[in-house]
Amino acid sequence: MTLSVSDVKRVADLAYIEIDEDEAKETLIQLSGIFNLIETMQAVDTSTVEPMSHAQSVVQRLREDAVTETDQRELYQSIAPQVEAGLYLVPQVIE
Amino acid sequence: MQWEIVIGLEVHAQLSTQSKIFSGSSTAYGAAPNTQASVIDLALPGVLPVLNKGAVERAIKLGLSVGAEINSPSIFARKNYFYPDLPKGYQISQYELPVVQGGNIQIQVDGTEKNIRLTRAHLEEDAGKSLHEDFHGMSGIDLNRAGTPLLEIVSEPDMRSSAEAVAYAKILHALVRWIGICDGNMQEGSFRCDANVSVRPLGTEKLGTRCEIKNLNSFRFLEKAIDYEARRQIEILEDGGAIRQETRLYDANKDETRTMRTKEDANDYRYFPDPDLLPLEIPQSWIDQIKQTLPELPQARRDRYISKFALSAYDASVLISSREMADYFDATLKQLPTQAKLCANWIMGEISGQLNKEGIEMTACPITPAQLAELLARISDGTISGKAAKSVFESMWNGELDKNVDAIIEAKGLKQISDDSAIEKLVDQVLAANAQQVADYRNGKEKAFNSLIGQIMKATQGKANPAQVNAMLKKKLDG
Repeated sequence: MTLSVSDVKRVADLAYIEIDEDEAKETLIQLSGIFNLIETMQAVDTSTVEPMSHAQSVVQRLREDAVTETDQRELYQSIAPQVEAGLYLVPQVIE
Repeated sequence: MQWEIVIGLEVHAQLSTQSKIFSGSSTAYGAAPNTQASVIDLALPGVLPVLNKGAVERAIKLGLSVGAEINSPSIFARKNYFYPDLPKGYQISQYELPVVQGGNIQIQVDGTEKNIRLTRAHLEEDAGKSLHEDFHGMSGIDLNRAGTPLLEIVSEPDMRSSAEAVAYAKILHALVRWIGICDGNMQEGSFRCDANVSVRPLGTEKLGTRCEIKNLNSFRFLEKAIDYEARRQIEILEDGGAIRQETRLYDANKDETRTMRTKEDANDYRYFPDPDLLPLEIPQSWIDQIKQTLPELPQARRDRYISKFALSAYDASVLISSREMADYFDATLKQLPTQAKLCANWIMGEISGQLNKEGIEMTACPITPAQLAELLARISDGTISGKAAKSVFESMWNGELDKNVDAIIEAKGLKQISDDSAIEKLVDQVLAANAQQVADYRNGKEKAFNSLIGQIMKATQGKANPAQVNAMLKKKLDG
């Protein structure tokens, strides 16, 4: 898959990331490198390899069922663009 | 054409943990918006989920109760979709290898037993809540519910009527409460049903195209929504149309279902194993340990009531409709082991009726099983009649005379006349005063007998032991 500078800019725009021309070019090189890596991996024959759900062969640790978090709404909402009556406000969504 | 309705249910049971499935936030209902939403629930960058042992334990409990396989390892997956009340952009759920695989639930409809197979039950997190009221054209988001642990219990399409679907949902509802994994509060959304409904010509194998009706939060709505939906699909097919696979909502006010969205397939959710969560290993020793904590299950208790106490299948099923009621019955029976039917009748009748009337739970019943047993003992030993017992019961319920059964009987003068010589005297008096009816009876008029019984009962204000009066009168007239 070939990626263009305009693709990078569009993705950055969608992700709300501010990016200038030089950064876009640099990012294009990096992203293209990642795509090349994926292509290389896809060429490997894995038909005899058993699928695994995680890259490390360790198992999930569990926490005890206990409430450890306190109410920090004020702190968390201090970075939200818009709040009202304790709610986070977002552009209206209607199904 | 004859049509067959095919139904499968997905039930979301909110697990009764203190904290959320992947964070240490409280799951308490009704808190002020976003006061129980931590950085993990808000999906701030860089946070990692840590799985709640209590949630896994509850899933295993359900699996053991329905005779399912417990998968180990079990895998968590991301289910991707975009909605503001899901801040990560994906829901952590399970796709391949859910904790619970398979299992069975027995239902009874119209006296017939039927087995419903379970496909699976998997752990997942709930989403937040969107409020579309007027916030200057914006939507308000409350993430308190985000991350609340859910167990989604999926059945095979084994049900053939809304009655069977309701029976299944009720059995499952009773079970999750019985084993203490979910409070079952349907108003608060702790137990919600989605129904997959399709129809096919009776006698054919191939399943029709199904529609999923979402978020049915009462048994009545479940029944009505399925009935409506089946009718709708049959009408379309009979008119030569085709069913479109879609997700529908039930509108209780209009008693109809309507399109919510055309149905996504699993592909649309781009499921993949969540790299933030490692495979969950469930050692056999843990399963065994949980097995030890399970109470006697409803099905086993029902069978015991039928085989050991000779109760009818109906009575036994009613008694096990909640663990509280079954425990109450057991505790009463312990005091009065020979009177199972009498205990069952009173618990299903007077006790349940009074609880319903006052809208209180079995656990808050003002009459203890021991007190009820004391009252019932007075019926079974002939001290009072069943009718008098109801009056004593009322007094006990209202807390009169410290709920002392004998004191209430004494105070109300309800003691039954069971003394043979006293009854004989009564019978003689009534016979002497009603020579005509005696003659009628002897001439073959059976009805006269009942009339004489009535006279005797009236003379004692209903306090004479009816069985003894009956026997004595028979002896005097026939003997």
